[in-house]
Amino acid sequence: MSVLVFVEGLNGEIKNSSLEAASYGSQVASTLGTTATAVAIGDINETALAKLGEQGISKVLFDADTRLKQFVAEAYVAVIAAAAQKENAKVLVFSNTGIGATVGSKLAVRLNGSLATNVTALPETESGAFTVTRSVFSGKAFANVELSSDIKIIAVKKNAIDINNNSGNTATVENFSASLADADFAVAPKETVMQDTEGGILLPEAERVVSGGRGLKGPENWHLVEDLAKALGAATACSKPVSDLDWRPHYEHVGQTGITISPNLYIAIGISGAIQHLAGVNSSKVIVVINKDPEAPFFKAADYGIVGDAFEIIPKLIEAAKALDK
Amino acid sequence: MKILVCISNVPDTTSKINFTADNKSFDKNGVQYVINPWDEYALTRAIELKEAKGGAVTVLNVGEADTEPNIRKALAIGADDAIRVNAHPKDAYFVAQQIAAIAKENSYDIILMGKESIDYNGFQVHNMVGELLSIPAITPAFKLDMLDDTTVRLEREIEGGKEIVEVKIPFVASAQQPMSEPRIPNMRGIMTARTKPLKVVEPVSAEAKTSIAAYSKPEKKGGVKMIDPENAGELITLLRNEAKVL
Repeated sequence: MSVLVFVEGLNGEIKNSSLEAASYGSQVASTLGTTATAVAIGDINETALAKLGEQGISKVLFDADTRLKQFVAEAYVAVIAAAAQKENAKVLVFSNTGIGATVGSKLAVRLNGSLATNVTALPETESGAFTVTRSVFSGKAFANVELSSDIKIIAVKKNAIDINNNSGNTATVENFSASLADADFAVAPKETVMQDTEGGILLPEAERVVSGGRGLKGPENWHLVEDLAKALGAATACSKPVSDLDWRPHYEHVGQTGITISPNLYIAIGISGAIQHLAGVNSSKVIVVINKDPEAPFFKAADYGIVGDAFEIIPKLIEAAKALDK
Repeated sequence: MKILVCISNVPDTTSKINFTADNKSFDKNGVQYVINPWDEYALTRAIELKEAKGGAVTVLNVGEADTEPNIRKALAIGADDAIRVNAHPKDAYFVAQQIAAIAKENSYDIILMGKESIDYNGFQVHNMVGELLSIPAITPAFKLDMLDDTTVRLEREIEGGKEIVEVKIPFVASAQQPMSEPRIPNMRGIMTARTKPLKVVEPVSAEAKTSIAAYSKPEKKGGVKMIDPENAGELITLLRNEAKVL
């Protein structure tokens, strides 16, 4: 038996969220007295895969089938199921991305396994039961969940697990291919449109996020948010009213009905902090709130706060950020 | 077009989340339940499709009798009939099996639901239903349009962009903003909802594969440190030296 980790690529490299999943998987493997194997699909460079040794992965099964460059759920499920069978995997670890949670849910049915998504901590096995902690109620609570099937499937929430760094360790990379039928590609995307990320950082993967609300008064002022983000190496985000008003695209909307993020640093500017907004960001490690209204509810959830005019404060922050040694 | 919309009964977003003294169950005391906000996008889009193309919208909930006010609300918003599977929704796999059983009996063209519930945040049920029925699951979708009587075009959110997918019925899709603009029931809707059929059926035998042993709450924040706006740059120093996030 072994632990199998699915790693996702981005521009040929491995996503940080997958490095976290790999670190999680290798720690589970050492608890269970076994090894962790990774399975990688599509367009990822082999040097990056070998470096997964630093996260504690001993072997990588790599399916470089060019048809798998883009995500196709059925085909990915087939490859990972074949890898799980080859490795006799009893624990499967994913990052809790759209891809990870989708493939994990399908495999839970196909492999008759127990699935927990949004997992925030390593499993506990001492009592004989296998339990994990997951985030529930939109970040307002945790549940300790017992996974009772023989096969356990875990999707790890972003930024909940530290990345192992056993510098210099390398994993062996083996070519792997599963037999795929045409039917596995029946629901392939017709077209994929990527947002303009020129110089920008993918929001769900970002370690730092600068977010703007209606307090910024209009899309013409967004250069302030963008400049501060750039100075801090952060991604940009926005509140729901801002995306509803079309000042910013929907994929930047964080909150209850937008995307959920959990960066190390979240800076909210001109956002009052409605409970729906907090639901999307309350797992952030450090929250900074900048608002001209001292009564803004967001201050209650913040670690640092500044009451004042965003248009005066942001340039000072940009200046201070630029002065930092990198 | 026969559309099944699965709805979940969840604590209102603004609810205080508390647990019973032994931390083993959610404390329902004083909690207002609503239709899961993400499910509302699915419900409204289904009703819009019916209004444009004809057909019927059935609402399905897996839950005990106390979910019926929200099932009636879905009928008041415009669904034609409803089914309640009379069971406590033990886990995602249990719920997915109940939905799949109902779907097998009634052969729906489209099965819709929200991308996740705001209480357990699983993002699991739609993919499991697709897998159980061996039909595609397109998830999470923010746009859904009929191209002809059997082909549907969906736009699906992916990290860093979107995918456009065309799929033949039957299929499952999960909804998120801005698939539709959720509606508030009007007086006529509320009146007619009272007499629309709400069928209660017993669950099929299905095993749950996970169980919640205990709940806990995150540690409270240490309080906010306020910084003088005149010296706003001080924030950056604190973020580096004290919070160590820069």
